[in-house]
Amino acid sequence: MSRRFQVLLIALSLAFTGFFIVWYKVGVLGIPFLPHEKRSVYKIGAEISFEGKNKPVLVSMALPEPQEGIQILSEDVASSGFGYAEAQTETGKRAEWSKRNVSGPQILYYSIEVFMEPGDYKPKLPLVSYEQKTETLSDLPDTLRDTAKILLDDVRSRSADTHSFAAQLIHDFNAKEPSQAVKILLAQGGESKFEIISRLLRYRKILVRKIHGLYLESERRNIALTPMLEVYDGKKWQLYDLKKGKVTRDKNFFIWQHGGDSVIEVTGATKSHIRFSLNERQVPVEYLLDKQELLKKAAVLDFSLFSLPVSEQNAYRHILLVPFGALVVVLLRILGGLRTSGTFMPVLIALAFMETTLSAGLIMFILIVGTGLVIRSYLSSLNLLLVARISAVMIVVIMIMSFMSILSFKLGIKEVLTVTFFPMIILAWTIERMSILWEEEGAKEVFIQGGGSLIVAIFAYFAMTDPFVSHIAFNFPELLLVVLALIIMLGRYSGYRISELIRFRSMVD
Amino acid sequence: MFANPFKLKKLGILGMNKRNIHYIGAQNDRKYYPLVDNKLKTKVVAQNAGISVPKLLVTIERQSQLRNLKDMLTGLDKFALKPAQGSGGKGILVIIKREGDEFIKANGQRLELRDIQRDISNILSGLYSLGGKPDVAMIETLVEFDPIFERYSYEGVPDIRVIVYKGYPAMAMLRCSTKESDGKANLHQGAVGVGIDMESGKSLFSVQHGMPVTHHPDTKYDFSELEIPHWEKILTLAASCYEVTHLGYLGVDIVLDKNLGPLILELNARPGLAIQIANRTGAVKRYDVIDNQPANLDVTQRVKFSMSHFGTS
Repeated sequence: MSRRFQVLLIALSLAFTGFFIVWYKVGVLGIPFLPHEKRSVYKIGAEISFEGKNKPVLVSMALPEPQEGIQILSEDVASSGFGYAEAQTETGKRAEWSKRNVSGPQILYYSIEVFMEPGDYKPKLPLVSYEQKTETLSDLPDTLRDTAKILLDDVRSRSADTHSFAAQLIHDFNAKEPSQAVKILLAQGGESKFEIISRLLRYRKILVRKIHGLYLESERRNIALTPMLEVYDGKKWQLYDLKKGKVTRDKNFFIWQHGGDSVIEVTGATKSHIRFSLNERQVPVEYLLDKQELLKKAAVLDFSLFSLPVSEQNAYRHILLVPFGALVVVLLRILGGLRTSGTFMPVLIALAFMETTLSAGLIMFILIVGTGLVIRSYLSSLNLLLVARISAVMIVVIMIMSFMSILSFKLGIKEVLTVTFFPMIILAWTIERMSILWEEEGAKEVFIQGGGSLIVAIFAYFAMTDPFVSHIAFNFPELLLVVLALIIMLGRYSGYRISELIRFRSMVD
Repeated sequence: MFANPFKLKKLGILGMNKRNIHYIGAQNDRKYYPLVDNKLKTKVVAQNAGISVPKLLVTIERQSQLRNLKDMLTGLDKFALKPAQGSGGKGILVIIKREGDEFIKANGQRLELRDIQRDISNILSGLYSLGGKPDVAMIETLVEFDPIFERYSYEGVPDIRVIVYKGYPAMAMLRCSTKESDGKANLHQGAVGVGIDMESGKSLFSVQHGMPVTHHPDTKYDFSELEIPHWEKILTLAASCYEVTHLGYLGVDIVLDKNLGPLILELNARPGLAIQIANRTGAVKRYDVIDNQPANLDVTQRVKFSMSHFGTS
């Protein structure tokens, strides 16, 4: 069997397998191939990390409850070796993990899938569900208590009702130049702003409760819950964001916890930490309706990326796009004949562009590499060994990056803050290689290869940010087999490159 | 703007993809690469096989040896410093004479001892080697090139590149350095490539940057008068590298020394495609002819075959 035939056979069978799975998912399971007629399903993942100290560990985490406008579809617990139970407490349901003798770093996962019910959101008024403790402030020192009273009187004089009172109080605490009273309270209270405000409100006999929740947006990792205050004026609960002041509850605000207890309590371990990640996925309406049934009949779906913890799913959203970037590189190099510095450097640059936006990324890339080249040319006269010189260039790159960030932050150009997404070791190597290229082959070659890299990076960027590509990459990862087949086929392409049609044109005349 | 790919194919022009798959990939077994990628190994093997090469004077393997560099260079007024695993002429330093403590490069630039130490240090760190592998620096005798080439070269040694396919010399060109190429013989840096007739060793066409030229841009001499001496000996030298390297697709770089005659300078397992432009001939046609030849001919027979079949007259 000739090699050419083998390649063809492998490519065809890969492509066939890929297309078959897509056909099965689209035709039989009813998952639409194009992104339309969809509902957003959010997977909210909580990741609790802590470090065991060879002692029994008990972890308790507040659990969200169904709420108006948002439905909880399913919940999922991943905690190998830990006992898991749900407990009902005064302030709501809590998840409890337990294990005897835990040592070393541990991670527990808990995730729920929620989906926003269609239609307009008309929040029903929640009932006043539990008795409000009245605050006495008696545990505060005398001076502090007096300051608090003065502040409350002052705020009272500036407000008309309960809600305007709460709004004014939060406003005072957020002022750029806070009043003396606020400064003293913040400095000496030993409690967070959040805590102090709710204490002060309770002291005024205003019903108040704490809420922790998060905004349902697409794809976020490593976020903390947003704390909010809810204030009751006898008729209506009103939500207050500690940063923005009065807010109306959005349809996409998901309340994870009501009440004053902490979100997690960990006994028997140290360094406990909770992080949330969010992941949006478009699913067809039918799929939502009989999701349970579907999972039973299709092992394909159960064995998919959706079964991973949410933060890993988000990582794969990016990773799954890399093959498409690689395909662009293969096309432009094998068919186009573009020269780049480093084979897959353009894909890494394109990944950085995805975080920085294209225009800002391009400018920053050229600035960093340009400055780096100037500094590298000086370093070369210092007669350093290669490894030390590249390390020095890397440190200079980091300094240029931080300098750009600080300068632009002061100037108010936010885009540049994302400069940190550039892979700096790759940048340092690029600078080193380009500078050698400059010395050895002249500036022209540097522009050819540097320009080639950027052109390929821009094409890869457009391919990888295409909404359709990212939709099919994540929802139909089996199409990677088709990409693989294409790349294998291109690997045996022995025809001319476009650049060669130009290069050899004098031979035809 | 674009050439018609079907016309190119008809002319038998070899493209990069086809070269990589059908010639390099199919003819060159990877296990033989280290031999050609390492000039030190090439030199030893070539010498053992009785092939003439420039004489090796000094090798430097460790950074610590750099302290004694001054002693090592005592009595060496002209030499060429090279990385053993470099490619494309990177890291090569040619010193043509010494004045006091200073070393004079071919283009007149003056270097101090520490400049040379830095170059060697870079070589040892693997700056010029494939994949950044730690390398060895070697110092060779400087080739005193044959005066016949003086007219056709600017500040550098012109070398003859012969493509040897399955042991048959298939195509040849002379690479002449120019002011633009900074004394280097790399065509993409602006050196002139002169296609050489396989039968006579006479020049055929000359190109710079892919465009035809008739005269050397710096020395103004007419290339059409050029004829390379010892032509059959050069082809025999090139063809004999096949037995030594076992590589079916090979570029052999040869220089003509005034006293020693043709010497092998370097071998290349991935020779470029520009030689076709300098010869105004597609390489595939010649390779196809060679493919139809019996496999077990000796060097003399192969050279005879190439000279009689690939000549243009």
